[in-house]
Amino acid sequence: MAKTPTIVEFPKMPELPKLPAGGLRLILLAVIGVVLLFNSAYTIEPEEQGVILRFGKYTRTTDPGLHLKIPLVEQIRKVPVQRQLKQEFGFRTVRAGVQSQASRRGFEIESNMLTGDLNAAVVEWVVQYRIDDAREFLFKVREVEETLADMSEAVMRQVVGNRTVDEVLTSGRQQVADLVEDRLQVLCDQYENGVKIEQVVLQDVNPPEPVKPSFNEVNQAEQEKETKINQAQQRYNEVIFRATGEAEQTISNAEGYALDRVNRAKGEAARFESVFSEYRKAPEVTRQRIYLETMNDILPKMGNKMILDGNLDGVLPLLNLQDSALGKAVEKKE
Amino acid sequence: MRYLGLIVLLVALLIVSGAAYTVPETEQVIITQFGKPVGDAIDVPGLHFKVPFLQKVHRFEKRFLEWDAQPTELTTEDKRFIHVDTYARWQISDPLLFFQRLRNESGAQSRLDDVLEGETRNAIAKHNLVEVVRSSNREPDIDEDQLGAPATLEQIEYGRERIRQEILTNSQARTGDLGIEILDVQIKRINYVEEVRLRVYDRMIAERRRIAARFRSEGEGDAASIRGDLERDLKKIQSEAYRKAQEIVGKADAEATEIYAKAYNQSADSRRFYEFLKSMETLSSTTDESTSVLLSTEGEFYRYLNKSGR
Repeated sequence: MAKTPTIVEFPKMPELPKLPAGGLRLILLAVIGVVLLFNSAYTIEPEEQGVILRFGKYTRTTDPGLHLKIPLVEQIRKVPVQRQLKQEFGFRTVRAGVQSQASRRGFEIESNMLTGDLNAAVVEWVVQYRIDDAREFLFKVREVEETLADMSEAVMRQVVGNRTVDEVLTSGRQQVADLVEDRLQVLCDQYENGVKIEQVVLQDVNPPEPVKPSFNEVNQAEQEKETKINQAQQRYNEVIFRATGEAEQTISNAEGYALDRVNRAKGEAARFESVFSEYRKAPEVTRQRIYLETMNDILPKMGNKMILDGNLDGVLPLLNLQDSALGKAVEKKE
Repeated sequence: MRYLGLIVLLVALLIVSGAAYTVPETEQVIITQFGKPVGDAIDVPGLHFKVPFLQKVHRFEKRFLEWDAQPTELTTEDKRFIHVDTYARWQISDPLLFFQRLRNESGAQSRLDDVLEGETRNAIAKHNLVEVVRSSNREPDIDEDQLGAPATLEQIEYGRERIRQEILTNSQARTGDLGIEILDVQIKRINYVEEVRLRVYDRMIAERRRIAARFRSEGEGDAASIRGDLERDLKKIQSEAYRKAQEIVGKADAEATEIYAKAYNQSADSRRFYEFLKSMETLSSTTDESTSVLLSTEGEFYRYLNKSGR
């Protein structure tokens, strides 16, 4: 390209007679020199690698820094090998930031898939990758990124297609991500696209929108179940703890009664023994004494006392019995 | 004379530019002379030469190329209507043959459309849906689904991998003489067609409702069972306590009785004395100021009123 101006400039030479031919050549050479210099020096940024092609043929790969190449003959392709790249499936980040905004409209076709039990699930995921081999990346596969997206979707559906919808939605999430990561790498190696899969991250994994409310209903029902059981358990605990306490009380009461009963019996027996042994020494007198003492004790306490001559008969009907307790007792008898 | 030199240079440049050509890493070329291919395909990158003006360079991709199917509505063996979207990777393996049979890439794409879409249709039609979705008879990790039934996945005979392989092999056989090689076919997407999808959603909703109902009745059931336990345990605790208390009381009563008996039942004398003492005691504990008493002078106590003692 730089040679063409040289050719075009020559016929104009006679029109510039004032300049000496040597000076013109010098200027021309200087221009060519500058052009060549700019064409031969190049910088590779820290995140890049440079791939040098000589007449289209790969010759070498250069690392970050300032380098020289043969001008015109060698071309350079810069590949950002250190940069982490990512692809999103089922959504696209509209504005990245602390609170990223994502758009889902139109990307449902990427995220809708069938599970192994022929249910539907909506899986959104991100594939983070890096260009591992600049040469393979440039020369082995056309449309590397589109291909990677296709591969990723195929692998994800393969893995999800072998699981139940419950597994995909709950316990199997991490397993799915790991498996997709591994298999996607295997496929990349097979395609020789120079890509290293860094990580596959499952984002939202949901049942399809129309089915969501019924999934929520299940969660709610599960909560209700827990609540009911907890309430019953709480009631159980309350009642049983109290009953246990009360049972212990009943037994303690019985034990108290038992002690009381036995001790009393022992005490009374001992008392009887003592009195009886004295009684045996003088039975008649003791009997008399006890009788009289008792009478002496109780007679003063009684309200109504009558003393009848034992020889009189038929006194009873004459007595004013109406307001005495004894009278009532007698009336009843009659 | 100066101009002559220039002209010579110009002509030389023209010839060189007509003779020299480069082959990039990503391409392979064939050379034709008056439309007729000359020599083998050249796939070594770098600078090459040909006869200027008479020979023409035809460039072909050397990289793996993409083929993406139009999503098509297909029917499986078990009469399920699904959308299937596949993609394939292919390569121009024999540029000469390729040039002769297909001319260019768009020719190849349309041939691939015919072959791959046809083979996909055939393969899908021969198998049940589950065979296309699942790839192995892997057992689910969860033991039972939320309905309490053991979680099982329908068993498959072929599976996605084999069906994919089948499409690939058949397509390869049909494109073998075209100078291209199909490297890989993948099923990118499968989904129910719209109407079927809605029915599947309905089924999923019904299933979830059943699960929710199950949870609710389980909640009721478990709570009732706890209430039952409560009744039983309560009765058990209370009755056991009662039994134990009665045992203790009975034992104490028995012991007391034994003690009393031992004390009072020593002899006829002791029995009589006890009787007497007890009567006295009872007398004293059953009288108060509301008690009336009739005392006969004939009685023990007042007989001294008549006679001063015996």
